[in-house]
Amino acid sequence: MKKIKITINDKPYEVDDGQTIMQAADKLGFRIPRLCYHPKLSIEGACRVCIVQVEGMRNYVASCAYPVSGGMKIQTNTEEIRQARRDIVELILDNHPEDCHTCERDGVCELQRLAHLTGMRHRHFEGEKKHYDKDLSSSSVVRDPNKCVLCGRCVRLCSEVQNVFALGHAHRGFRTVVVPAYNMPFKDSVCTACGQCINVCPTAAFVEKNFTQELYPKMGDTSLIKIAQVAPSVRAAIGEAFGLEPGRTMELQTVAALRRLGFDYVFDTQFSADLTIMEEASEFLERLQGKGKLPMITSCSSAWMKCVEQFHPDFLENISTCKSPMSMMGAIIRTYFAEKIKKRPEDIVSVAVMCCTAKKYEAARPELMVNGLPGVDMVITTREIAWMIKSAGIDFVNIKGENFDEPLGLSSGAGAIFGTTGGVMEAALRTAYELYTGETLMDIEIQDIRGLKGVKVGKVVMDGKEIRVAVAHGLGNASKLLDEVRRDPNKYHFIEIMGCPGGCVGGGGQPYAGSNSIPLDEECLKKRAEALYGLDRSKTIRRSHQNPDIQRIYKEFLGRPLSATAHRILHTHYQAKKPCGIIPRELQVR
Amino acid sequence: MSRKYSITICDGPTCLHKKSKELESAIEQCLKEHALTDKVRINLSGCLGMCGKGPILIVKPGYTIYGSVTLGDVAEIIEKHIIKKKPVARLAIEEDHLYNRFFRIFGDVNFFGKQLRIVLRNCGIIDPESIDDYLSVRGYEALAYVLTQMKPLDVVEEVKKSGLRGRGGAGFPTGIKWQLTAREKNSEKFVICNADEGDPGAFMDRSTIEGDPHSVIEGMCVGGYAVGAQKGFIYIRAEYPLAIKRLEKAIADAKAEGFLGDKIMGSDFSFDIEIRLGAGAFVCGEETALIHSIEGHRGMPRPRPPYPSVQGVFNKPTLINNVETWANIPVIILDGAEWFKSIGTEKSKGTKVFALAGKIKNTGLIEVPMGITLRSIIYDIGGGIPNNKKFKALQTGGPSGGCLSEEYLDTKIDYESLAKVGSIMGSGGMIVLDEDTCMVNIAKFFLEFTENESCGKCAPCREGTKRMLEILTRITEGKGEEGDINKLQRLGKLIQKASLCGLGQSAPNPVLSTLKNFRSEYEEHIKEKKCRAKVCSTLLGYEISEKCIGCTACKKVCPTGAIAGIQKSLHVIDQSKCIRCGACFEACKFNAIKRI
Amino acid sequence: MIQTDDVKLTELKNFMAEIKKRERSESQLIAILHKAQELYGYLGNDVMDEIAATMNIPTAHIWGVATFYHYFNLKPKGKHVISVCLGTACYVKGAAQILETIKKELKIAIGETTQDRFFTLEETRCLGTCGLAPVMMIDDKVYGNLTSKKVVEILHSLAHEHE
Repeated sequence: MKKIKITINDKPYEVDDGQTIMQAADKLGFRIPRLCYHPKLSIEGACRVCIVQVEGMRNYVASCAYPVSGGMKIQTNTEEIRQARRDIVELILDNHPEDCHTCERDGVCELQRLAHLTGMRHRHFEGEKKHYDKDLSSSSVVRDPNKCVLCGRCVRLCSEVQNVFALGHAHRGFRTVVVPAYNMPFKDSVCTACGQCINVCPTAAFVEKNFTQELYPKMGDTSLIKIAQVAPSVRAAIGEAFGLEPGRTMELQTVAALRRLGFDYVFDTQFSADLTIMEEASEFLERLQGKGKLPMITSCSSAWMKCVEQFHPDFLENISTCKSPMSMMGAIIRTYFAEKIKKRPEDIVSVAVMCCTAKKYEAARPELMVNGLPGVDMVITTREIAWMIKSAGIDFVNIKGENFDEPLGLSSGAGAIFGTTGGVMEAALRTAYELYTGETLMDIEIQDIRGLKGVKVGKVVMDGKEIRVAVAHGLGNASKLLDEVRRDPNKYHFIEIMGCPGGCVGGGGQPYAGSNSIPLDEECLKKRAEALYGLDRSKTIRRSHQNPDIQRIYKEFLGRPLSATAHRILHTHYQAKKPCGIIPRELQVR
Repeated sequence: MSRKYSITICDGPTCLHKKSKELESAIEQCLKEHALTDKVRINLSGCLGMCGKGPILIVKPGYTIYGSVTLGDVAEIIEKHIIKKKPVARLAIEEDHLYNRFFRIFGDVNFFGKQLRIVLRNCGIIDPESIDDYLSVRGYEALAYVLTQMKPLDVVEEVKKSGLRGRGGAGFPTGIKWQLTAREKNSEKFVICNADEGDPGAFMDRSTIEGDPHSVIEGMCVGGYAVGAQKGFIYIRAEYPLAIKRLEKAIADAKAEGFLGDKIMGSDFSFDIEIRLGAGAFVCGEETALIHSIEGHRGMPRPRPPYPSVQGVFNKPTLINNVETWANIPVIILDGAEWFKSIGTEKSKGTKVFALAGKIKNTGLIEVPMGITLRSIIYDIGGGIPNNKKFKALQTGGPSGGCLSEEYLDTKIDYESLAKVGSIMGSGGMIVLDEDTCMVNIAKFFLEFTENESCGKCAPCREGTKRMLEILTRITEGKGEEGDINKLQRLGKLIQKASLCGLGQSAPNPVLSTLKNFRSEYEEHIKEKKCRAKVCSTLLGYEISEKCIGCTACKKVCPTGAIAGIQKSLHVIDQSKCIRCGACFEACKFNAIKRI
Repeated sequence: MIQTDDVKLTELKNFMAEIKKRERSESQLIAILHKAQELYGYLGNDVMDEIAATMNIPTAHIWGVATFYHYFNLKPKGKHVISVCLGTACYVKGAAQILETIKKELKIAIGETTQDRFFTLEETRCLGTCGLAPVMMIDDKVYGNLTSKKVVEILHSLAHEHE
């Protein structure tokens, strides 16, 4: 890379050519304030918060968009540019509700931080503010255009990363608003409920549908048995909500805190992940023997399932019939476990603590009912549970860890890695290999399908048969992979797809980025994933079929994988949906 | 059936005196005798300015000018020129250089005298729907010339040398733009004609296209050849149906005649043009917004670089010029850069078309050489202010421009001089304002326009113009506060320097320039709650003077019952009930009601 | 509505089929919307769904484009547009009552169009004819000194003209 000389704030620096002013400044330790910029998304240049002065230029330039060039003289912090930046932030703030103290994102809001760091102490330009109705229709995501600052990060994410195109800018000028097509209720739109709009939103224009207030009365009802299950990636991220560095595993602390909150039983979704593997690996082997369509595609991710039904109905037959680990756990709680504790299924409150907003949608799906009851009554995201823990005054960081409850609390390492992209595939192959060959797969860490590459491929040879697998995370990557399969249907045998970037660790319900991090930061996702891989390594049992409690539930209740009972409560089928809205396959994104 | 020939007869005062009316009857008669009435059209024209050689006849196509025609010459002209298609040499005034030709045609009549028609050279002269007419005025000669005699880079050099600058408003050197696109290595390139003329009251581009669509098409072909593009788009407002129709016909005719399409005139150059319609968005005049609109997106600008010359429509190198710029190209090729360069000022060459409007006697489209003074435009061409009113300001550049006071009237029209005094050349809107215009109100009018047309992408423009408009509104409603002027200035400068695109960057100009040149009017509105032009209605009061005869007309129309008085006696307005709607003022036939 | 407008739909589909033959056909979205509006008078959601499906363009994007440009109507407009002035003068002279009368008579709210697409009801700022207050404008014609009775008569006479 060619080096060029520039000056920033009158000091000379040598930087790489071919980058933007912001990129160059970042590397030199100047973090120019910003709002609409996101490294994973296209350059919008809309908010103008990151403006700087460049000698010889009449106007300010947006440092996120403007390339550095040799001899460039840049000023990032003069009195003039500070006032301009402050005024821009004020203009944004002037058209914002400013109900910080009653806002869900109080303290974790980028606009609030910007107002503080640009030195907003007085106001000059107040006037009319926009007024829109909140859209409460979706079971997962609440949309509040009043809080929207029109940075467009959600729109770009939904189109560029997820390829869902549920959101767009509508109208123009002061009336510009981010809405689904026709301004229809979010629930009727093509939104897959992945919640990534929440993750990238700098304010509270998108938040999850909060169920904490509905949960409290149930927690206080002594006639009910309160059961929580905890998804793998919750433990890998929840610490961040308490100021801990990403990647710190808070597994046992989470269990302890949930007990303090009043749950009678705390189960591990990793247990039902092991159960999913038993069913899914068996289903795969059946398909491999000609009973069903290949490639088989995983069905754990709820956003992905809505995506398939809407946009890729030609692949419905390829979708594994297995319910997700959350729904399997829900089903087992209502049946096996209810019987075990001699309670009526309806007297159990089944709560799932998830990293995911789409699980709220999944929990209400009629396809997943068990004997007329939903397997899960309520889904609470990592963010919501963190708030409940704080609100209850529980000292989460210092609390002494406790173990999950039996008989649905013991899990293998395979169950733990479910939370990261490639994990389900890796877990399934560990078991499928052994079920197919009768031998133990020794090299169980399949590096080819780990990491944050959009589409990853690998292969395993089972008894001389080459099994080709592919893994995609993020719905945009999923679409790309499916197009590849459309062109060559025999290319892969088994495909894992997760709706969110990074898999569940990057779920739409995970803690907001702190003041020193950015949403969906790759380093953060890697650390969360590494926490799960660490859990895997720390376990002596790393293969689902070796989990003694899994063996027990088959012995006591399910019989064998794919048995009639298993089919009845652990499997389902999905139908094509005609959404109000169409996905483009190759449309260029602007 | 289309008529083939037309004979234009000058009926200016001199020619009339020299019996041009009789000439007209004689020609009609003669045509009748030869059963040619359907084939030849007779036009009358105002003074053609060649009074010394009157009476003047012009026979088209061919544009043969006959002078000193007598009744005895009529038969010969009809028989030789019309029937045998051989012009009568002894009567013809010889044709020479284009420049002189037009100067001669439009002669020394004042309205035309200070004008110089290059862009509008054919407007009103040829039949815009006839490619033959265009061909008869050396149409497509420039294209033929470049295809046979010039290498693409020579064409770029010629345009560079001419000093032509973008007529859309910003004045970027056209030749440099061509060069930047030409040097990109890409097998697919585009040229675009920006015909998204949006300034309120401006209609230069519409007139050019409606009057002479082929010159724009020819210019684009030359540009396409020069930069190596295969396709052109004309992005035009859907609100211009006639212009669209003329363009469609012109493109079809040019294709049929081989001036567009594959291997034009036997060369290796293939070029096609497609019309793309806008849908009512002023911001689409901005080049990156226009590109997005052509691509089927919302017309939202994006940050530059990359410039369209590198990444334009469909991410391919793209050359964008506006209608007026394109229409200059064939003339520059035919008459040469040296000639073009001889017109205008040091840094602004050629002519500029303006739509002259407002409080001025002669309104309309004018084309003047760069370097002419504003005063000359207003008083020589425009004929000054009507009704003995006093000149107050000249607004140039529409919503992106500024208002200049009397002291700037000797400013010469060129890009730099206008910018220096706080306005812009703009695309060509020019509005004259007299003492009855409130400068705060006019600033508010333009800001209302840009606020409404802001695309909403960048925060300074979206939020800032709204706030400025709110402040201006409260000032005009008598609710202005101490400090409002500072706020306007602070916001205005911010929006200028921080906005993403040209629309935002120029949106505060009308406010900032009126603040600079007419600050006292703002202060009067704010401090004294007074509008000296008596425009801001809430700052006005109404009073009934002694002239009242007690007809009760005002009392009847007053919607709030604020007027009291009995028949045949002086009426009185109860100021506490008056809502300043002005109904009484309109109703009074005796000028008894005064605005105060 | 689409089902009853078979002919229009066929024409729109043919138009799109022609466009699809050319390269970068999705860039012609604005031309297609122009065509649809020419056919239907406005852009209905069902029509936009049709365009989305045929041209493979997301509806949120089409909605964004349709709302961006002033030229496109998103609601049907009636043959006659009634604008009731709600300026100060008209308001004090009972414009609200006039508005209520029209709403009741036509069974529509502000911004809506009657089922037979004959009338669209809008409100407007001061029309500058305060001496005639309360006033309304139907298309380009101003009606002044209105009373509820007079309004009903005007509406009836226009409706008869229709027959």
